[in-house]
Amino acid sequence: MMLFEELLYAIVGVGLFSLGLRGALLRRSLLGRVLAINICGAGVFLLLIAIAYRGPGLAPDALPHALVLTGIVVAVSATALALALGRRLRETDDE
Amino acid sequence: MMATTLWMMLDVLLALLCLALGWAAVSSHDLRRSVVFFIAFGLLLAIVWARLGAPDLALAEAAIGAGLSGALLLAALRDEPGGTLDDDVSRGPLATAVSLLVVVLGTVFAWVVWQTIDVADPVRMADRISGELSGSGVSNPVTAVLLNFRAYDTLLELAVLLAAVLGILALGPARTPYQPAGPLFDGLMRWLVPLLMLTAGYLLWAGAHAPGGAFQAGAMLAAAGVILRLGGDTNSGLPRPGMVRRVLVSGIAAFLLVGLSTMITGRDFLEYPDGWAGTLILLIETAAMLAIAATLVLAYVGGRPDGWREGPGDLDIAGDGGPR
Repeated sequence: MMLFEELLYAIVGVGLFSLGLRGALLRRSLLGRVLAINICGAGVFLLLIAIAYRGPGLAPDALPHALVLTGIVVAVSATALALALGRRLRETDDE
Repeated sequence: MMATTLWMMLDVLLALLCLALGWAAVSSHDLRRSVVFFIAFGLLLAIVWARLGAPDLALAEAAIGAGLSGALLLAALRDEPGGTLDDDVSRGPLATAVSLLVVVLGTVFAWVVWQTIDVADPVRMADRISGELSGSGVSNPVTAVLLNFRAYDTLLELAVLLAAVLGILALGPARTPYQPAGPLFDGLMRWLVPLLMLTAGYLLWAGAHAPGGAFQAGAMLAAAGVILRLGGDTNSGLPRPGMVRRVLVSGIAAFLLVGLSTMITGRDFLEYPDGWAGTLILLIETAAMLAIAATLVLAYVGGRPDGWREGPGDLDIAGDGGPR
């Protein structure tokens, strides 16, 4: 049987991924693009967690939860590295 | 039946809000607004995680996804040149074409998800995890997956974090520190920083049986560092450079030491001996928490903090020699 919540949040995840993809392609500044890619990632996380959901009262699948927890931390470190690279690039351009 | 309808309404409301805030964050022409929308989006996402039965993620998202990412983006806003701040989204025929393409792609993805979501069978994996849980040393399934069943993945994740922070340190000096805070913020800091450290310790300990763990605890400690930096502390609560370097590798070091010890005693890499799993997991998590906290603080600082030049073995990769 198809769970309403599972499908709803999975589709929202796809929607967020698409929004992020559009932003990453159309934004002008590096900061805007990094932000958009973060939204992309959030969409993927939402898809994974929607699939892990098994209905009210049931323990959800812990494996995707662990994956996404890892993903959140990796995403923030990648964001920080991208922003540091961007700052360095700008300083190099200014010199 | 009534309760089911109410839950459905809540779900639809959350879903629409998610999409609306995501849209606002990505499509606002004003970059400053985008960042604020992004922080709000992260907080909303934390509620969605809680709704979908993932409290571990809700904690991590609120602390890292919304909190630290938001702080990072806000700090980076200061560096943006004025021109792009107000008009940051491309327009014109090409932009319309890109939008159309993304809509088509999204529709295809959504159709694929619709068709396959029932085919995937996550139940068997979930049942295996709950079946093996009693021997894992912890009773929180997420912690069990992260530090026992798939500990290898977490070890490599710490390596990714280390690579990222080494990149940040190599790219150049930190942003200029903030002015020392006024008496009001100073007083707030004296309350917040010890409270955050206490919360970090609690989350680390609770991670064995309840939502929490090294990542959430590390994020709490990092938040204390960010607050200290905002309050004008030039070290952001970090110890001496030499010590920070050791802390940065401590997570991986603890993992490897435990892994090698289990190998020496005739088991597989990171295959904990019976009865020792809980202790070893707590040991690894403590080191990982400190490493994650130091990594996130340095990520916020955005480069080598003041006084790191004198350290032995500090390469002048940036090639800029002296102070600027």
